[in-house]
Amino acid sequence: MNAAEIRGQVLAALKRIAPELEEGELEPARPLRDQVDLDSMDWLNFLVALGERFELEIPEADYAKLGTLDELVAYLAARC
Amino acid sequence: MIEFRLPSLGADMDEGKLLEWKVKPGDQVKRGDIVAVVDTSKAAVEVEIWQEGTVHELLAAPGGTFRVGAVLARLLAPGEKPGAAPAAPAVPAERRKVSPAARKRAEELGVSLEAVPGTGPGGAVTVEDVEKARGRGPEEKDKAAGMRKAIAAAMSRSKREVPHYYLSETIPMRRASEWLTRENARRPMASRLLMAALQLKAVALALGDFPDLNGTWREGVYRPSSAVHLGVAISLRGGGLVAPAIHDAGRLALDELMKRLADLVQRARAGSLRSSEMSDPTITVSNLGDTGVEATFPVIYPPQAAIVGFGRVAPRPWAEGETLRVAPTVVASLAADHRASDGHRGALFLAALARRLQEPETL
Repeated sequence: MNAAEIRGQVLAALKRIAPELEEGELEPARPLRDQVDLDSMDWLNFLVALGERFELEIPEADYAKLGTLDELVAYLAARC
Repeated sequence: MIEFRLPSLGADMDEGKLLEWKVKPGDQVKRGDIVAVVDTSKAAVEVEIWQEGTVHELLAAPGGTFRVGAVLARLLAPGEKPGAAPAAPAVPAERRKVSPAARKRAEELGVSLEAVPGTGPGGAVTVEDVEKARGRGPEEKDKAAGMRKAIAAAMSRSKREVPHYYLSETIPMRRASEWLTRENARRPMASRLLMAALQLKAVALALGDFPDLNGTWREGVYRPSSAVHLGVAISLRGGGLVAPAIHDAGRLALDELMKRLADLVQRARAGSLRSSEMSDPTITVSNLGDTGVEATFPVIYPPQAAIVGFGRVAPRPWAEGETLRVAPTVVASLAADHRASDGHRGALFLAALARRLQEPETL
């Protein structure tokens, strides 16, 4: 899976949590939780959904590395 | 004959729109079965029945708006025969006094009389009442504006009628945070816990010694509850909030409480709550920590007598003896009803809550 496909998957998972999301307005290098109204439960559900889509376990210790869209795509690309 | 009436699903509900029946005449129902879906100003709610019997007659048609207490259906009690039933009670709109002109006007305007409060002699519905009610039904309201109005009405009533007192306490969270990190490190993703679940469980357990904070007012009398049905304030994506209950939260294992919380949040946002979840909370918790606020000053949700708030768990200066450190802390606040308790009791409760959060392994 290339970076564009991963990005598409990430955004699809995010849209299931936050249907009001306008993808075009997302700044990929800015923390997602500053741009999208996501509480702890939303964030947990989002990461669980990514784990299922990419068939991997994301340790909680890695959550801090996954703040932006760019970081998420890079993290997943390195493991898929 | 059992009358199934539209229940009140919160202090902010005067009426509801029947969206659909989940039963039909002849169906057997038991306690807890979902029999209808009703749209309130906040959400579509699955309404449960709390009696056993056989559905005899559906009196209300889907699409109609009915006042709280309106008879929506009649059921036969176990062993009861239809012929033995008393004369069929009409739905309230037909039993209430309605002037012929008002009835005609209601037909012209397509207004459901069940939803029209009567201001004429003896509570009779007048032409003016019908015209005033036109456009007031949920189907004609902007949903968000309707919810805002309902929340405002409930909170205004609370501030007007409930003598609030407020207390807060900064609680060290190092032990809880470290325990949670250790616990989540050994769990698969889907089983991980949120700090919010620990806080809810700690509140529920701490309330065990404070029946004056955990209960509801009914007919002017405060009734403490032996179980803690924890209302959880959940913000909705389109704006507004609901605060449905996690039943008997003090008795739930932390894993189960977390599952219930996740399920409740998901269903609240999908508009799929149950009537008992809306009507049963005995106290509410409002957690705004995710938004980054330091502390909350919440408003009690009638008929409850207290609400607990949490701000953000964050590193802050913390003095231990004469040593100043940086440690994770949270500001827990309590708004409580002076008719049911006083500040001394509230302070003891916050101290009990703080103690519970120092022993996360016991939650």
